[in-house]
Amino acid sequence: MGADMSPSLVTLRAVSKTFQTGTRALDNLNLDVRPGEFLTLLGPSGCGKSTALRIIAGLMAPMSGQVEWGCVKPELGFVFQDPTLMPWASVEDNIWLPLRLRGQSKAQARKRIDEALALVGLSRFGGAFPRELSGGMKMRVSIARALVTRPAILLLDEPFAALDEITRFRLNDDLLALQKELAATIVFVTHSVFESVYLSSRICVFTNRPGRVTQEIVVDAPTRDSDFRASALFGQTCQQASAALERAYGLEGAI
Amino acid sequence: MKRLIEKLAPWLLFAAAIGAWEITVRVREIAPYILPAPSVIAATAISDWPLLWAALLVTLRTTFLALLMASFGGLALALLFARWRWVERSLFPFAVVLQVTPIIAIAPLLLVYLETDAAVLTCAFIVAFFPVLSNSVLGLRSVDRNLVELYELYGASRWQQLRLLRLPAALPYFLGGLRIGGGLALIGAIVAEIAAGSAGKGAGLAFRIIEAAYRLNVPRMFAALALISLTGIAIYVTFSLVSRLLLARWHESEI
Repeated sequence: MGADMSPSLVTLRAVSKTFQTGTRALDNLNLDVRPGEFLTLLGPSGCGKSTALRIIAGLMAPMSGQVEWGCVKPELGFVFQDPTLMPWASVEDNIWLPLRLRGQSKAQARKRIDEALALVGLSRFGGAFPRELSGGMKMRVSIARALVTRPAILLLDEPFAALDEITRFRLNDDLLALQKELAATIVFVTHSVFESVYLSSRICVFTNRPGRVTQEIVVDAPTRDSDFRASALFGQTCQQASAALERAYGLEGAI
Repeated sequence: MKRLIEKLAPWLLFAAAIGAWEITVRVREIAPYILPAPSVIAATAISDWPLLWAALLVTLRTTFLALLMASFGGLALALLFARWRWVERSLFPFAVVLQVTPIIAIAPLLLVYLETDAAVLTCAFIVAFFPVLSNSVLGLRSVDRNLVELYELYGASRWQQLRLLRLPAALPYFLGGLRIGGGLALIGAIVAEIAAGSAGKGAGLAFRIIEAAYRLNVPRMFAALALISLTGIAIYVTFSLVSRLLLARWHESEI
């Protein structure tokens, strides 16, 4: 797919996945993730984009095809659609978890935990329990937990889908700021055209059943702010992405 | 003022019921061997205290020993069930048979096979065991799928998954099972004592009731009954408090 300038961080080659129910989630999917990019997988629900993300994360094995990592598999962070926090553990303990599972004591992990909390702006809430937080704050905790291992690549599976628009906009901006600060590669799954255009440096549009990439859109905008949201480029790219998405739906209708 | 009345209402009603009972018995001059007045029951409880206290201790010992065995046994078996489906499929029918067969019908058989003490304990154990087992299995199974995947993503060992994820997630269910099992263990102990009908030093509260019935010592029957009720209430309240203490900050049931 396309001519690559830089070597890929990870490449999916002819990846297919059929579920036990017989649903063909992915069919012959080819996908590159390049270092430092913000890649969005955009598509209708049930088009296999989440499956692709899970395969990259190693949560699921492809039935055929390969997942090739550049040199060694880098540190991964994964954010689920729901915050997926342990309700019985404080915010701090939730963020500690990835390090705890690797045998680090809380004292050893202290610095990292505080860093992660500061990155998502929740330094004051370390002792709170998930149930005491709003939906947006829980999502921040979830992101902080993914960041605590300092991942080179961050995978997010429709993380803001359940949040109200204002919270979502704010978290979008926070995510962009985080990427800049951490110089991480991000793969983001969404079904929102506006969200994908606002965030991404590159968008891969998925078709429905079986899932594969039908179109690739590069979003070449240096700054992302409210001005960008009002710009002509933003509008055009959204139209382009919407049209691609509609074609994806159309294909589904034809099958 | 209104709130005070609302708070006091249950107590006032209880006091009124006791008062009405006392007055009815006195005005109609009902004989104590037909219906003793509450004051007579209280006096009997005090005068017969050494006898009743010893009997209560016997019954309490059986109840708590049975509950302790049911907690450990139920949880241990639940862990096996949650780990291997085939173990559950093979053993669950036995647990169901024990559960649905009325304990009063099993007791005579157990009394044939076992020493009286052991038979009584076994009966109490059988009835307390099932709620702990089935609730724990439910709890261990109700773990958030995404959290399990998160643990896998970070390479958690089985032991870590059990200790940090499955057991805490199952705790509210386990405590619920314990609350039901506590009441049932008392019932099981009483039922088995009645079936055993054993006299002498090791006699529990239920035997004192039967003995008093033969002697038409109705006030003592009432006093023993009141003690059994109070014990049941105490068990329930204790486990409710434990539950509140452990779950207060995170579980919906205790908010």
